[in-house]
Amino acid sequence: MNREGMHRDGDYRWVIEPTGDMRVPAVLYADEVLLDDMDDKVRWQLCNVASLPGIVGAAYAMPDAHWGYGFPIGGVAAFDAEAGGVVSAGGVGFDISCGVRTLVSACTRDEIAGVQAALAHELARAIPAGVGSTGRLRLSDREMDAMLTGGARWAVAQGYGSSDDLAHIEEFGCITGADPDALSQRARDRQRDEMGTLGSGNHYLEVQCIAEVFDRAAAAAFGLEQGRVVVSIHCGSRGLGHQVGTDYLRDMVIAAPSHGLQLPDRELACAPIRSSLGQRYLGAMRAAMNCALANRQILTHLCRESFRRILPGFDGHLLYDVSHNICKEEMHDVNGTKRRLHVHRKGATRAFGPAHGAVPEAMRDHGQPVLIGGSMGTASYVLAGAATGEALSWSSACHGAGRSMSRHQATKQWHGRTVVDELAARGILIRSPSLRGVAEEAPGAYKSVDRVVDVAERAGLARKVARLEPLICVKG
Amino acid sequence: MIEGRARSAGPAADGGEGDWEHFAHGADIGVRGRGATAAQAFEQAALALTAVVTDPALVRQAAAVSIRCRAPGLELLLYDWLNTLVFHMATQHLLFSAFDVRITDGDLEAEARGELVDVERHAPVVEVKGATFTELVVRRHDDGRWLAQCVLDV
Repeated sequence: MNREGMHRDGDYRWVIEPTGDMRVPAVLYADEVLLDDMDDKVRWQLCNVASLPGIVGAAYAMPDAHWGYGFPIGGVAAFDAEAGGVVSAGGVGFDISCGVRTLVSACTRDEIAGVQAALAHELARAIPAGVGSTGRLRLSDREMDAMLTGGARWAVAQGYGSSDDLAHIEEFGCITGADPDALSQRARDRQRDEMGTLGSGNHYLEVQCIAEVFDRAAAAAFGLEQGRVVVSIHCGSRGLGHQVGTDYLRDMVIAAPSHGLQLPDRELACAPIRSSLGQRYLGAMRAAMNCALANRQILTHLCRESFRRILPGFDGHLLYDVSHNICKEEMHDVNGTKRRLHVHRKGATRAFGPAHGAVPEAMRDHGQPVLIGGSMGTASYVLAGAATGEALSWSSACHGAGRSMSRHQATKQWHGRTVVDELAARGILIRSPSLRGVAEEAPGAYKSVDRVVDVAERAGLARKVARLEPLICVKG
Repeated sequence: MIEGRARSAGPAADGGEGDWEHFAHGADIGVRGRGATAAQAFEQAALALTAVVTDPALVRQAAAVSIRCRAPGLELLLYDWLNTLVFHMATQHLLFSAFDVRITDGDLEAEARGELVDVERHAPVVEVKGATFTELVVRRHDDGRWLAQCVLDV
């Protein structure tokens, strides 16, 4: 990335002061290696975000930032409705409420070793994944409305998982303010047979082993013990969320002039929070978030069933479920005053620090669990929100490794079969219907997740709690 | 760079061939269609969309879907066209390999032909979440040929 006009503020913070239409600075969290690897388009997109009306503080880029749509992936920005702030469909993206949830089991790596292939086979059979896959559920209009307003609570009431799960989900399993009437018929149609499906691309269900614990006290509170097996599920609101993004991006682009908005990039499509369109989008986006929470809850149930077929007595309890593509209304300290902000996190994870009321009580002393996805063959991490995070990034941290090369470059460099075989030789079983898909998602196509989380910790965004290594990865 | 060339089913002013290619976007993928007319460029962009998922040559023409879109401007029309295809692919589990597009005064009428996804035969790589406004361009070059492109979120 071109560093012209950028100054360093500490070891891991880089600041671009406002110029031109920018209303606030652009701030990037990175070390020199990550910064050099970032595309100049990240800088361009972050400066565009900094020019949007009602933005507060700064436009932030997380250590895993890369070129996205309107916002960079790994972008965070907060807007104040009182100050004419906007909500941006582009700032949330197509995969609304894409996120990670992690289940913790009492099984050890050794107990899994003897049944690893059978478990991989069973999970691949039971978890609908990939293009054309469908779930078992078919929802009527009334049932879909209930799902869209009830989220994971709705799923638990239908028999998927237990009520104990809900305390360990962002918003306790259900975000308020969802408006099913703000969804198009197309959005509903796209979800008819997609409840309880994983999707494709970088979405996965992964069986992992806790390889290293960094913070013993936090790990104990989170129920994480070295050598134990966990399961992480990475997916979002499926077709319904994709269609909400498609519909509202279009509406916001067309309506921008009537709201007096001159967009530096159409993909930044937004509307004033206080406008009718802004409110409709927030209602639709929250419905999509509930859809994502319900979807991950159903997948959790399917996963537990599969484990129990192979390992009777398996009990995977939920560590946490947190989204990384979402706009949330939150109270934050702004220069000593509490203000209600609409915080956009596009490829960034909410990371509330210790003592925050939104964190489950048993973990509150240590901060919110922050779940960082790996990239098939590389480590994942559990972090904890840091007290310093609010002032640095509205309590936000990274979300994963971030791609370092395009899908085409990846398919030129790797063959899917070779990737599968090499990972199998390392004890990692990959199950996917598409070998080209495996090649596109090859671990080498991503940045070093280890470096990303190290920088997140050193920058004060979150603290490392545990590192997870993959054993089985089911991909779409 | 994956690319292809196919005689378009649509009316081409010079009877020439259209072609398509993919272009890189950090995390995702861009589709680019070229043709003698805007309609032919739209058809080629749609073939590029299919090629993100599977080899279009593997997709038989066993089913047809009629599509109509209306938008203020050709770029929004391309956004709507590709997203309508994504909708039919997702809800009917179809892949398309042939397109017949007509564009008149901001109205698009089309027929898309293809077949149901067969995981064994098509080995579909990835589902497309949507066509985006990123790198969205519809333009007639000085030589008279048309370009239609955008980035897909996958």
